Formats: sequence, structure tokens, C-alpha cells
Amino acid sequence: MNNGCGSGSESCLSSMEEELHVLAVDDNLIDRKFLERILKISSCKVTTAENGLRALEYLGLGDPQQTNVMKVNLIITDYCMPGMTGFELLKKVKESSNLKEVPVVILSSENIPTRINKCLASGAQMFMQKPLKLSDVEKLKCHLLNCRS
Amino acid sequence: MDTLIAQLQRQFRDYTISLYHQGFLDDQFTELKKLQDECSPDFVAEVVTLFFEDCEKLISNMARALDQTGNVDFKLVGSSVHQLKGSSSSVGAKRVKGLCITLKECCDSQNYEGCVRCLQQVDIEYKTLKAKLQDLFNLEQQIVQAGGRIPQVDI
Repeated sequence: MNNGCGSGSESCLSSMEEELHVLAVDDNLIDRKFLERILKISSCKVTTAENGLRALEYLGLGDPQQTNVMKVNLIITDYCMPGMTGFELLKKVKESSNLKEVPVVILSSENIPTRINKCLASGAQMFMQKPLKLSDVEKLKCHLLNCRS
Repeated sequence: MDTLIAQLQRQFRDYTISLYHQGFLDDQFTELKKLQDECSPDFVAEVVTLFFEDCEKLISNMARALDQTGNVDFKLVGSSVHQLKGSSSSVGAKRVKGLCITLKECCDSQNYEGCVRCLQQVDIEYKTLKAKLQDLFNLEQQIVQAGGRIPQVDI
């Protein structure tokens, strides 16, 4: 049974602990594998998607007929992806009445202020620099769980 | 008197430290190692294997694009090097990443000669790293087979 923030330090979770279900979106296989592992080791349930379209399908936005919608507590997406960028995915999520409350975190290897501002202005919860470290994920979890409770 | 295990462990420590000091690896590789545990005991090996496969594929794509003299698709080269830069950054392959940055600059300025030269260097560099990490994994295996534990190395 997973608990706490894993590092043995003061737990930042409330006593009503729920496992975060994260949808991780990245077109790069290595990054996807890395993201999946770093989230799992941080006690999250993880689903990965290799692009924005697949992510939307999983979230139930791809097909109006789809009734089986998976509940997701957090979307982490790479910014630079072919086809639909992470920014475009963010906007689609925020436009949806069902999903607009789901926090979206954007990841990018590039530290471009206009890009960051654009994402935050469109409702991104956070903008984080790749590559992620374990401590980044711990901080993110604490931030999100504190916002929720 | 040194046991075999102690000797192997010292070799492992020294070799690991040298890889960091010579700039082959950076602290992102350390982060990668943190993600390995009893539940995922081969995580690092799996990821670096995928990485080297990715290197081979992307370098081949870029070489083919650069071969089309007079009609080089710099956009394709650019997107491939972006991918490679991303993966090398994620696994801590410091030298490969550095060369990708240079290659990207050559590509952005459509510097054909620069791209060709740089790509050759990327190819050499990833193969060098691959051989070195293989040596490191072999040392790990030897330690385990001798009944020892793989030491934690603080850089």
C-alpha cells in the first residue's frame, strides 16, 4: 500500500488520501516511460497517451457517443508535440464543461516566457521544465493535494 | 586484503565517477537511478536501451535527409534532433545532448556542412556512451554474481 510522499519526510497528504490518477501525454517514448515511472514511484496511478488526440479520446472528448469516461485527477502534457500541441490540448480541456476543473500541467524543455505566460493565461495549473526530477513531482503532488483539500 | 567483491565495488565506484567527471553523464542520470527499485529492478537498463535504439533510428533518419543533396529537408532534421535532444536530456546523456544543441543550431541556420559534421559526432558519441554504460552494467552484474551489493555512488 503506497502512502505519503515517499521520501519519509513529513507527509503533506490529508488523512483522506486518494491516489492521484494522472494522464501523461508525450510523443517521445523515452519521456513517456520516464514520466510514467516517476509518477508511479510517487504513488500515482498513471495512464499514458502518445499524442493529444489519444489523450482526448481517453478523456471522452474524442467521441460524443463515448459513455465510458475515465476519471483523471491531473493531466501532464508535453508542450511540443506534432499535430496537437500541449497548449491546444490544454485549451480543449478547459473548454469542456466536464473536464475544465482537471488541473493541467505543461512540460517543456524550453524556458520561453511568452510560452509560459500563454499556458498559464489559458488555465494551466503549472508550467514545468523538463527533464523532471523526483523532487519536482513531490512538490507538484503536495501543491495539488493541498489545493484540493 | 581486498575481497573480490570489494575490488569490483571499487572499480564500479571509480568508473561511475569518471563517467560523470568526463561529462558523459549528468545528474539527470542520477535521477534515473532513483527510479529503479525492487519493483522496477531493470528500469535504467530498459530506458537506456530504448534511448540507444532511438539514437540509431533518428540518426539514420537525419543522415538520409542530409543525403538528399540539393533537396535537404531541414525541417525533418530539425524535428529529429529535437526528439533526440529531449531523450538525451531525460536520460542524462550530457555529451549527446550538447551535440544535439549544436546540431539544432546548424539545422536552424541550414548549415549543411555543419549538420553533416555534427551528425557524425552525435553518432560517435552515442556509440561511445553505449559501450561505456555496457561496461558499467557488466560490472554491476559481476558484483551481484560474486554475491555483493551494488554500491550507492554519490557524485
